Amino acid sequence: MSAAAAVWGPRDPSALPRAALTVLIIALLWPGFRLAEFDLAVLFDPRNRDTVGKFIGTFFPLATSADFLQLLLKSTLETLAIATAGMVIAMLVGCPLALFVTRSLSISRIGPGRGYILGRVLRLPARFALMLFRSIPEIVWALLFVRAVGLGPAAGLLAIGVAYGGMLGKVYSEILESGDVRPTTALLETGSGRFVAFFYGMWPAALPELVSYTVYRWECAVRASVIMGFVGAGGLGQQMELSMRMLNGGEVSTILLIFLLLVVLADTLSALLRKLTA
Amino acid sequence: MRPMHWAVIAALASAVWASFAYLSLDLGHLLTTEAQALMWNYVVSFFPPDLSGEYLVQIGQGTLETIAISAVGTALAAVFGMLLALPASGRYGTVARAVARLVLNFLRSIPELVWAALMVIAAGLGPFAGTLALAWHTTGVIGRLFAETLENAPAEPVQALQLSGCRPSLAFLYGTMPNVLPQFVAYSLYRWEINIRMAAILGVVGAGGLGQMLYFSLSLFHQQQAMTVILAMLVLVVLVDTASAWLRRAMTGG
Repeated sequence: MSAAAAVWGPRDPSALPRAALTVLIIALLWPGFRLAEFDLAVLFDPRNRDTVGKFIGTFFPLATSADFLQLLLKSTLETLAIATAGMVIAMLVGCPLALFVTRSLSISRIGPGRGYILGRVLRLPARFALMLFRSIPEIVWALLFVRAVGLGPAAGLLAIGVAYGGMLGKVYSEILESGDVRPTTALLETGSGRFVAFFYGMWPAALPELVSYTVYRWECAVRASVIMGFVGAGGLGQQMELSMRMLNGGEVSTILLIFLLLVVLADTLSALLRKLTA
Repeated sequence: MRPMHWAVIAALASAVWASFAYLSLDLGHLLTTEAQALMWNYVVSFFPPDLSGEYLVQIGQGTLETIAISAVGTALAAVFGMLLALPASGRYGTVARAVARLVLNFLRSIPELVWAALMVIAAGLGPFAGTLALAWHTTGVIGRLFAETLENAPAEPVQALQLSGCRPSLAFLYGTMPNVLPQFVAYSLYRWEINIRMAAILGVVGAGGLGQMLYFSLSLFHQQQAMTVILAMLVLVVLVDTASAWLRRAMTGG
């Protein structure tokens, strides 16, 4: 018996199937490599390598001129403002829709009275709107709004408002449904209105979870508003895009550093807020 | 606790006020009839979507490209992640562990889109840049998770093999791997799902796939074609969601 057979043959009966599976996976991925235009040579093409080498070479030292730092402070504040104000718009979009699509808050649901069918039918487009808002990624919304309202923070604000409005609406309604709905049902069945039933039946128990999810989303909005800057929606991202386009490595690395600090800051702040309101 | 709540609410309210004030937006301007008419025209210009056969073929290619970017990016990330997870799980000492973790954290904390913008500079416009971008970021995410899985894997099988005279490398392959492989596969597939969604939008900075088509069509004011791309993105996301939910149910036997 050869050495290879001694190692792989009798001792490991599943070697062959495993090898076959590996070959199969590679065969499946192979066209993918071609479609993705996978070509490591591009990276080592002399002209390309020169540009990139110079670009990376300028990453250090960081750009620390007073003018640039002041500009960065402005864009950082702008990013935070876009995230915060965008969340307000998202809540303006999400809260009414959440209240509307939450089945447990529906009065017409209770009995086969007037509006039973109408209520069910009207909830469908609202659900569809929520799905549409959140299924289109925020950066695509940003791209669309940049063309509608021009470059700058307004586009980012609206993009976060719509995309996150869809998410908030869906998750709010899920949070409301997943809690104990009996108090609400009792209130509705004894004749109270939808808002009263919401504020006295659901609000007290659901509030911490609603707040904590909103704060978490704010944290995501900070990150998203940086990213959206790349398509011209203002803030730190737009600055990073400009610096990259000019191949100014020092500025890029400084902005990256500030971005990382901002993410840590948002993280800490959101953890703190959730602890305070829990 | 009550005064604390009021303090938090006051702080939040002032933060919101400050944000709107800082941006000094003229949102009222958006509500004028003139602006609304413009907006309405803009919305209408997206309909009907361009469903001509020729363009649908291009969309199909873009979709395939998107899937290819995500699959190759995730596969590369699984390999690199595994390679970095070995030192990051502390197999080769504390120094190697700290260094590997630092690298993983760095890769992970830079978002895919920023990687994509950087890779477009390094590899030129096109899907290759997107593939590399996804590979870098996902390596960071997957590597950290693999490292944690390796650290939490039971030590007894490896010890048993080594005590009976097995080489460390073989003890790892036959003692640790069978325990951690299912988790590796499951997590890589999960990241692939996320990356399909990501690959669809990375193109807005020039990294190939559907995103690049969207960016082009919007830049050329071909809104109807842009609408088709958006629809394709939606279909792709819904399909991926459905497939993954179905697979999950099938695999957990539920």
